[in-house]
Amino acid sequence: MSTLHLAILLPFVFVIIIPLLYKYTTAIHTGWIALIVPVVLFVYFASYFSIYDAIEPITVSVPWIPSIDIHFTLYLDSLSLLFALLITGIGSLVVLYSIFYLSKDRERLHLFYAYLMLFMGAMLGSVLSDNLLVLYTFWELTSVSSFLLIAYWYQRQRSRYGAQKAMYITMTGGFSMLLGFIILYVASGTFSIREIIAMGDTVSTHYLFIPAMFFILLGAFTKSAQFPFHIWLPDAMEAPTPISAYLHSATMVKAGVYLVARMTPIFGAQLEWSWTIIIVGIVTLFWGSFNALKQYDLKALLAYSTISQLGLIMSLLGVGSMGMNVKFENESLVFMGAFLAAIFHLINHSVFKGSLFMMVGILDHETGTRDIRKLGGIMHLMPISFTLTMIGAFSMAGLPPFSGFISKEMFFTSMLTLSENNSSWVNIIPIVAWVASIFTFIYCMIIIFKSFSGTYHANLLERVPHEAPVGMLASPATLSILAIALFLFPGLVVTSILEPTVKGMAPNVFAKHPDWHAHITAWHGLNLELFMTIGLIIIGILLFLSIEKWKTPIFSLISKRYNLNQVYDKGMINLEKFGSKVTRSYMTGSTTHYLTYIFCFLIITVLGSLLITNSFYLDMSNDSPIEWYEFVLGIATVAAAIFVLFSKSRLMSIMGIGVIGFTVSLFFVIFRAPDLALTQLVVETISTTLFLLCFYFLPKLKTSITSLKFKLTNAIIALGVGTTLTLIGLSAYGHRIFVPIAGYFNNSYQLAGAKNIVNSILVDFRAFDTMLEIVVLFSAGIGIYTLIKLRHAGRND
Amino acid sequence: MKFTDVYLQTATKILVFIIMTFSIYVLFAGHNNPGGGFIGGLITASALILLYIAFDLQSVRDIIPVDFKKLAATGVLIALLTGVASLVLNVPFLSQAYTYVDLPFLGKTELATAMIFDLGVYLAVLGTTMTIITSISEDDI
Repeated sequence: MSTLHLAILLPFVFVIIIPLLYKYTTAIHTGWIALIVPVVLFVYFASYFSIYDAIEPITVSVPWIPSIDIHFTLYLDSLSLLFALLITGIGSLVVLYSIFYLSKDRERLHLFYAYLMLFMGAMLGSVLSDNLLVLYTFWELTSVSSFLLIAYWYQRQRSRYGAQKAMYITMTGGFSMLLGFIILYVASGTFSIREIIAMGDTVSTHYLFIPAMFFILLGAFTKSAQFPFHIWLPDAMEAPTPISAYLHSATMVKAGVYLVARMTPIFGAQLEWSWTIIIVGIVTLFWGSFNALKQYDLKALLAYSTISQLGLIMSLLGVGSMGMNVKFENESLVFMGAFLAAIFHLINHSVFKGSLFMMVGILDHETGTRDIRKLGGIMHLMPISFTLTMIGAFSMAGLPPFSGFISKEMFFTSMLTLSENNSSWVNIIPIVAWVASIFTFIYCMIIIFKSFSGTYHANLLERVPHEAPVGMLASPATLSILAIALFLFPGLVVTSILEPTVKGMAPNVFAKHPDWHAHITAWHGLNLELFMTIGLIIIGILLFLSIEKWKTPIFSLISKRYNLNQVYDKGMINLEKFGSKVTRSYMTGSTTHYLTYIFCFLIITVLGSLLITNSFYLDMSNDSPIEWYEFVLGIATVAAAIFVLFSKSRLMSIMGIGVIGFTVSLFFVIFRAPDLALTQLVVETISTTLFLLCFYFLPKLKTSITSLKFKLTNAIIALGVGTTLTLIGLSAYGHRIFVPIAGYFNNSYQLAGAKNIVNSILVDFRAFDTMLEIVVLFSAGIGIYTLIKLRHAGRND
Repeated sequence: MKFTDVYLQTATKILVFIIMTFSIYVLFAGHNNPGGGFIGGLITASALILLYIAFDLQSVRDIIPVDFKKLAATGVLIALLTGVASLVLNVPFLSQAYTYVDLPFLGKTELATAMIFDLGVYLAVLGTTMTIITSISEDDI
């Protein structure tokens, strides 16, 4: 148990402590207690951070279930450290922000912070785990805690809907990911990511390697809201805004990105991997940024923008992994720039998106609405909020002097690299990316200008807006400063995080180029990327100014036809309908039907296996000769049975059954079984009497005398069962392998002092059966007694 | 006024003793001849049913004041206890033993613990059968 383990367990400890303390610390906001965790952890993780050197990877392990190779192994390298710093750093800011955002008196804060700590611990565990199954455990914990947080205001119907949707989609991905992990285990024999990477070549020859890749990618795509699984994210905006800022922009949705980055050394050299990620990422980028334009709710707009930015990061990871393929051996270093861009934009996005969500929360808090049609003209009322929003949005749009500018230039470079090194149709990808960037620019402008400038509608707002308290502004201000700092001094993260991460993602490539160094600058000369940026700004401004003219016609045309939410909703409804239809089709409530299933199953399995294995066996050589009286009795039994089937009245059927019973007892006499014959005789008498009793008390209304209705299916099934059992009987009889143990019981007089073998078996050799049988008989008697005596008592209820 | 079935009642008075004696014989002969607790119990039950048919329920209950449910339970209990007894003697559950003793009048007689078990079976079968039949016949619909 190392300090790293304790660091991960700390939030879980607070999950228990916070609700306990909540009762006794009514004077202070619970958030101050919760704030301890992320701050302490941030300081702890920051102690590993140095801007001049990469950290030496640390591996610590504690056995959890060693017998099946599950160890609680933690691995801290640059990539995990980056995520840990994001989780704890933004976590601290979010907790600070939520202290001012959530009311102490109206909210159940202990639940809020307990869920938040659960999430934080799970997320830290996910990014630090080296063991695939431990990673999966934490991964599902993030899904569960996210579910709890989205439905935090569970009295709202929309919150419950959003939480359920997010749960279904991310859980589906989670299970698929587990399947992929298990295949990796089968291929490699270990659950450790390090060890799987180390034996990369042998793993990739497994025949299920490519399916495993897609299963894992499905998990990453659902978690990171990639097309077409992005639909849960806009609905998750029903969560409190600090949660949206933390989970649904900065951390949880990046778990998929983390997974892809982590798995890149294993799968990256496959072209299927690269192309899947690039195409899904680009489609998500385009679709997200396009749909963001449509939104009027600021949070929904930010949700689509998150989707789009995550698509951007994904596609960059895909482009980077192309450099690992043997096909591009000579250009591999050029492709590595995409990894650099991906990780850099990951940091940027967390920074500016967290800030933007917090600003939207402030707007909501101060004006009472998030609808851009109601907002406007509050620039002079909330100047600081305006400035902070502008920094975030400009950074997202990719304008200088903010960090987003650098990552967007690197993105363009990567996309151009991709098209240069592939066949000509790939040229479409940079163009799509460029168009998506124009959309991004437009919605960033919408965020700033539609909500802060323009005319001020005092009558539409619920309260008079004024500047937010300092405590609320502190967190977004910190993030905004960071957004500028990353532009001015990108070297803050280059040597410590970016370079070792990129080198770790493509170990084979850098084994050949050991002297490569990551290099990022804000100014990179007059090149195509810069002109693309200038072009997108000009077109973006023109389109933004004319937005009222083209927005409504285009979206009314498209959104009705291509609506994935409708696909999801109808899919869920139809799935339920289909399920109940299937269930109703066979669970009819009719015993006849159930018996039909059971008998059909018997025929199919037993007769089927008899035919398939060809084990039917008929051997008459050992059979005894048949005497004439046996013939007579046999014919009598069969005749009685047929008579029962075709008799018109029930009384006749009862008599027929009685005849069968008595002939059976005669068979026992013939086959020298006096005890059986005696018992059969008496039992048959009693049961016939009981049948007559039942017959006598039949309700008068329904006693119309009819013969049994003939049904072909029933006849076929009956014949089938009869044939099956006859064949089984004959095969089993003719095929005796073992000598019966009956010889042992011949010694009953010596062993049990009894000349009657049957009786000595019943009461001596196998008395246990007899004992339980009389218990059965006794239970039946008591059962009948209770049924009759307590019936009237039951009626009074 | 109720008709009294003199023939049936007179015949019953004789037959019941014969049937009873036969059933007891079947019970005890079971160890060495066809028979045993199960069939013995059923035959005794048939004697009692004959009584029920010939006389009315209330009279028979006055003559034989036995709660058949308790009788059945006693039978099950006896069977169980013979098993437990073998546990006490540190042999496997339900081990049976037998021995020959010289009894006055009867001479050399076999005594087997299996007999006690069979007695339990007899009582359980008798009690259960009678419980079923009396509870059905006493029921008024």
